[in-house]
Amino acid sequence: MGFSAQLAEVRFGYGMSPVVAPPASPEAMLTALAAPDEMATRFPIDSFDRFSAWVVETRKLRKAFQKTKNQEKREAYRAARRAQNEVGMEWAMRAMLRCTHTQSGFRERLVAFWADHFTAKGKIGLLRTATAPYIEDAIRPNVTATFGDMLSAVVTHPLMLHFLDQNRSTGPNSKAVKRNDRLEGLNENLAREVMELHTLGVGGPYSQDDVRQLAELFTGLTFGFGEGFRFRRGFAEPGAEQIMGKSYGGDPARLEPVLEALNDLAVHPVTARHIASKLAVHFVSDTPDEGLVTHVTERYLASGGDLMAVYTALLEHPAAWDTPRGNVKPPVDFIASGWRALAVDPDHVARLRRRDMRRTLVNPLRDMGQPWQDPNGPDGWPEQDAAWITPQGVAMRLRWAVSAPQVLCPDLPEPMGFVASTLGDFADEHVQFAARAAESQSDAIGMVLAAPAFQRR
Amino acid sequence: MTKALSRRAFLARSSLIGCSIAASPLLTPMSFAAAPWDTRLVVIILRGAMDGLDVVRPYGAPEYSELRGALGGEAPDLDGFFALHPALVRLMPLWAKGQLGFVHAVSTPYRDKRSHFDGQDLLEAGTDALNGSRDGWLNRMLGEVGGVEARTAFAIGHGEMKVLNGPAPVADWSPDANLVLSPQALRLAQMVMQDDPAFHAALTEALMLSDMDEEPGPLSVTVDEDEPMAPPPTPPSKAHLKVAEFTADQLRNDTRIASFSINGWDTHNNQSRAIQPALGRLADTILALQAGVGEAVWQKTAVVAMTEFGRTARLNGTGGTDHGTGGAMILAGGAIRGGRVYGDWPGLDEASLFERRDLMPTQDVRAPAAWILRGMAGLDQATLERVVFPGLQMGADPGLLL
Repeated sequence: MGFSAQLAEVRFGYGMSPVVAPPASPEAMLTALAAPDEMATRFPIDSFDRFSAWVVETRKLRKAFQKTKNQEKREAYRAARRAQNEVGMEWAMRAMLRCTHTQSGFRERLVAFWADHFTAKGKIGLLRTATAPYIEDAIRPNVTATFGDMLSAVVTHPLMLHFLDQNRSTGPNSKAVKRNDRLEGLNENLAREVMELHTLGVGGPYSQDDVRQLAELFTGLTFGFGEGFRFRRGFAEPGAEQIMGKSYGGDPARLEPVLEALNDLAVHPVTARHIASKLAVHFVSDTPDEGLVTHVTERYLASGGDLMAVYTALLEHPAAWDTPRGNVKPPVDFIASGWRALAVDPDHVARLRRRDMRRTLVNPLRDMGQPWQDPNGPDGWPEQDAAWITPQGVAMRLRWAVSAPQVLCPDLPEPMGFVASTLGDFADEHVQFAARAAESQSDAIGMVLAAPAFQRR
Repeated sequence: MTKALSRRAFLARSSLIGCSIAASPLLTPMSFAAAPWDTRLVVIILRGAMDGLDVVRPYGAPEYSELRGALGGEAPDLDGFFALHPALVRLMPLWAKGQLGFVHAVSTPYRDKRSHFDGQDLLEAGTDALNGSRDGWLNRMLGEVGGVEARTAFAIGHGEMKVLNGPAPVADWSPDANLVLSPQALRLAQMVMQDDPAFHAALTEALMLSDMDEEPGPLSVTVDEDEPMAPPPTPPSKAHLKVAEFTADQLRNDTRIASFSINGWDTHNNQSRAIQPALGRLADTILALQAGVGEAVWQKTAVVAMTEFGRTARLNGTGGTDHGTGGAMILAGGAIRGGRVYGDWPGLDEASLFERRDLMPTQDVRAPAAWILRGMAGLDQATLERVVFPGLQMGADPGLLL
């Protein structure tokens, strides 16, 4: 067995494309990953700074109408909100187009993997579309950096500080609390999730006390729209904090000890294993080969969490290629790989009506159980296949498969050619038969996309 | 050209042409044997850790106002010590009729780490500790009572309900997933999935459940280009009502156990505002269940809402509450002996708090659940303590069911 170009696309990318050649080797996958990020340029998504500027402007509009109760001003505010919702939809379509046309499916998968690992989203209406700019800033440029760099970028990012309530957490003995009665203390949310979800994992060697100490160390991490991240010394709890047996910080409070603690968490052996195991589960199998996890863990530790080295270890291990295709694509990946199989044309997407975008992307994702960039909690989406192969999930996938392609791709491909370009060596006789026997072209395409050979990777 | 074909005729025909769905235990005829008991149980998992101290407020405790500050709103009094959150005032008529009750200061055996996800896993597993088992306690209960049919128990909605996971048959459906495909497309889909047991089973069940409460109307053989892909989207604010109505439909028939989730309880910030939407959904859900099942079935219904843990006794620095330990359980329905707050109240003075921060749990949340299972399905105590909730000591019967 070993490396196969088709499996590389299916397992580590968004499936096979009729127009983009698959990678020739694991080395080629890594080279493409290290190359400039073409898709980010070709299908741009705003940076968080730009998004924040929109938030500042829109708040002004809201204030203006709240003050005057003027109908025109109210309409101006509403129009800004509506326009931004359209922009958010546009970003979702661009994310799909990146998966469709990229030469490095692995990069897009890694962006999605880390965006899920570091789940953050807006909790108020104005921030409904904030996730895509967050991913663009904190995740995407860092997928080839070190894990510690990505962790620091995420933990100091305004959206994460907002999502996990760090922004208003204050040291109980801080200056700010002494001056202002309404501010009165700690919020543990971010500190807990950094240990439980982002680094050590829930079984990790930390206690409630460590969570509290880390929360105290985190006091001062704040942001403002328009000004971005800001370390506010006045919020910080005075004194040093003891976290897992090591002392951090002291007076005066500074950002550096926070980054030092994050870096120590990032290179902790338990974190290495947690991350290696998550990568193996996500890319290879719900129950990955133990040797694979150990191999990736060791490389993680040896390289200090250098992610290119970690991916190299993942791709060079035989289990990455010899494990049977069992993992079920979650709904976003199912739809994105459908786009790629259909080679959906960006010019056609630009002409789609809002209603078509909703009924081919937003609504089906919700109904399949994975509303776009809106997981329930900071632990992101489930990895277990059983979470997705439910009667309603499978029913919605089947519905999408037979009805969305004709909207996305008015010239549907010839079915037998579509079987070959989409499933390659993975096509079985049932799919071949179904693609021939279907009474309409859209049903034929649908059967290929509904086949387990397409849905598993 | 279109040719009409009824769904039932299609199912019959497709079994004749060799699709293996005929062998599926889920494709037994539409009439199901009645379950071996008559009480209906609805288990609602409140994901995100509901703040029991805000929902069932111990205003009679001297420390409460100091811990929680000014709460605002008129909290209807329950029993002179506890008051109900104002967002649940619509449930007060149920309280007056003895059809609403609470168990306070309960928790799972989970301690210290306060992770939502582990907390929920343990709540749904019903075990003493997380041991990697994937079975849920409701499924183990079904395994013990026997005579369970495909639709005796239902997991409803888009999220996974681990509480019903396991070998006993459980139906699994979301009310907005009906299949609207041509019969040929369905037949071919069954064929392409036939060698993959998991996909095949899920599709077979989907076929069974599609339109199950509608007449099997004619299906168009050609795909109508203008046919909407999906039913008109339900506004997210109403999705919970569809779940409750669908649940009620099932409970009027052969279903005896249903389970679904209500999310949105993780009130780290601004408690007084953040908890309102979730409480609104909870009240809507209970009232929609009551209206949907009708008076006769409501008299035989027990609704049990439970959460992974409670929240800190004190408000945090942002006017919210962090992850805690002891919480509250909500009971509703005509089968419940309501009108009272059960549980051993631990007090709120600092020394009585768990780790000086959380409401002290004085009872395992599994115990009231076990007593309800005992009352409705007649399981003996040894089975409940060894199999359904391994390691549990049920204690004295609190008499939760009428």
